[in-house]
Amino acid sequence: MLLKFTKDHEWIKVEGDIAIVGISDYAQKQLGDVVFVELPEVGREVSSGDELAVVESVKAASEVYAPVSGEVTEVNEDLEGAPETVNAAPTGDGWFVKMTLSDAGELDALMDEAAYTEYCEGL
Amino acid sequence: MALLRNIGPREEARFMANETGADTLKKTALHDLHVDLGAKMVPFAGYSMPVQYPMGVLKEHLHTREAAGLFDVGHMGQVFIVADDGTFETAAKALEALVPASITDLEPGQQRYTQLTDDNGGILDDLMVSRINLPGHDHMLYLVVNAGCKDADYAHLDAHLPDGVQMNVKDDTLSLVALQGPKAVEIISALNSDIAKLVFMTHGEFELQLEDGPIYAHISRSGYTGEDGVEISAKHDDMKRLVGQLLTHEDVEPIGLGARDSLRLEAGLCLYGNDIDTTTSPIEAGLIWSVQKHRRSGEGYKGAARIATDLVTKSRRLVGLKPEGRAPARAHTEIQDMDGNTIGEVTSGGFGPSVGGPIAMGYVDVPHNKTGTTVQLIIRGKANPASVVKLPFVPNRYFRGE
Repeated sequence: MLLKFTKDHEWIKVEGDIAIVGISDYAQKQLGDVVFVELPEVGREVSSGDELAVVESVKAASEVYAPVSGEVTEVNEDLEGAPETVNAAPTGDGWFVKMTLSDAGELDALMDEAAYTEYCEGL
Repeated sequence: MALLRNIGPREEARFMANETGADTLKKTALHDLHVDLGAKMVPFAGYSMPVQYPMGVLKEHLHTREAAGLFDVGHMGQVFIVADDGTFETAAKALEALVPASITDLEPGQQRYTQLTDDNGGILDDLMVSRINLPGHDHMLYLVVNAGCKDADYAHLDAHLPDGVQMNVKDDTLSLVALQGPKAVEIISALNSDIAKLVFMTHGEFELQLEDGPIYAHISRSGYTGEDGVEISAKHDDMKRLVGQLLTHEDVEPIGLGARDSLRLEAGLCLYGNDIDTTTSPIEAGLIWSVQKHRRSGEGYKGAARIATDLVTKSRRLVGLKPEGRAPARAHTEIQDMDGNTIGEVTSGGFGPSVGGPIAMGYVDVPHNKTGTTVQLIIRGKANPASVVKLPFVPNRYFRGE
């Protein structure tokens, strides 16, 4: 299993040929209480950097970008009734989508956990 | 992940950290206390203000509705209007020429909500006006105005108050806090039992018995959350002592601007810069209740003709909007009728923690303002059904007497 992070605070966990995407603990803390998550349609093709989802906190709405290119295969429907899961377990039950990877090489441009932690400390 | 839309459109990114210019921001007398409490400080109307404390916006909101929330509103402007001839009548007549509300009939200890209007009947600011209730001082008017508007308000008052009527800005000496929620009055009354006798929109001068000695404060039974509560004005050093003691009370939590916004939205109260500005009139904004009947004739103050005209023409009105789904509709969201015609725009919108779902306010063309009308909110290109509802979203709990 490979865990990587983007500068925009998405995480991506790769298990075989499927990637799970969510937002980081740093991101959920910055957002505050999440009250709504808008998820994409299953089957949508996205390119790295495209809008993938929207997460709304009490304070504001934020875009979540696709960390890599691929096709959405599953979305976390539990978030509809329990968006607060994003705050409680951002890298666990609070995942957003599962997707295929059309170019695994795109992962090389992302940060590993140590680099991401250092990146957040500098913000 | 990138932030798309903040709560308010007027000051883009007003709740976001803004490093540039941070050193030029003004601070309230309670600034260091906010930092010690772990607040997230953000630029707001030229001030460094707490947007939230470690508790978070959602819990701060709910705590205010259940117990008591303490808000630093020391960034707001506090100004007295006094006539050289020492009479209330001269001062009241001078201010009455600038606002739709009736001022000359204010009794000592009475407070009114009104607006400063321009020549076109647009709203320059909304404000509270009080007639001081203290022997020898009941000729004085005390105004509280919005932080973001106060410099322009002072210039406006300075330019339009007649000779012989003075404006005394007290921002350098007075702090202002609000203690709001069902337990607020009980808590503050422990420092002077007479405070509990105030009813909504009345005020007085009180000696408060703090643990380290008494202070004097101007206290009104009012606020901007829809809850019972008080607003307290006192000298900076006295306020620091009062706030320090209040925060030791188990039912009192400090509350930031984030929850202040969601509380006032649930209470159906307008926020200047979002729901009202120079393009909107008090009548369009649903503030007719703040314009006494004899002030609707079309004359007597700046913009009076617009108030009279808007009562007849009924072009658009501010309404409450309840989205059917879970998606919040933020400010500037387009409002359409069911045929897809644009009929207005959301001016305030978000998630109502006490409502437990999205809520919004916005202007719609008449007759779409009728309660129960179904409209569509265009959120990220998708039509979301919503209903026009009566305001407020959460029943207000003002204390109007036994």
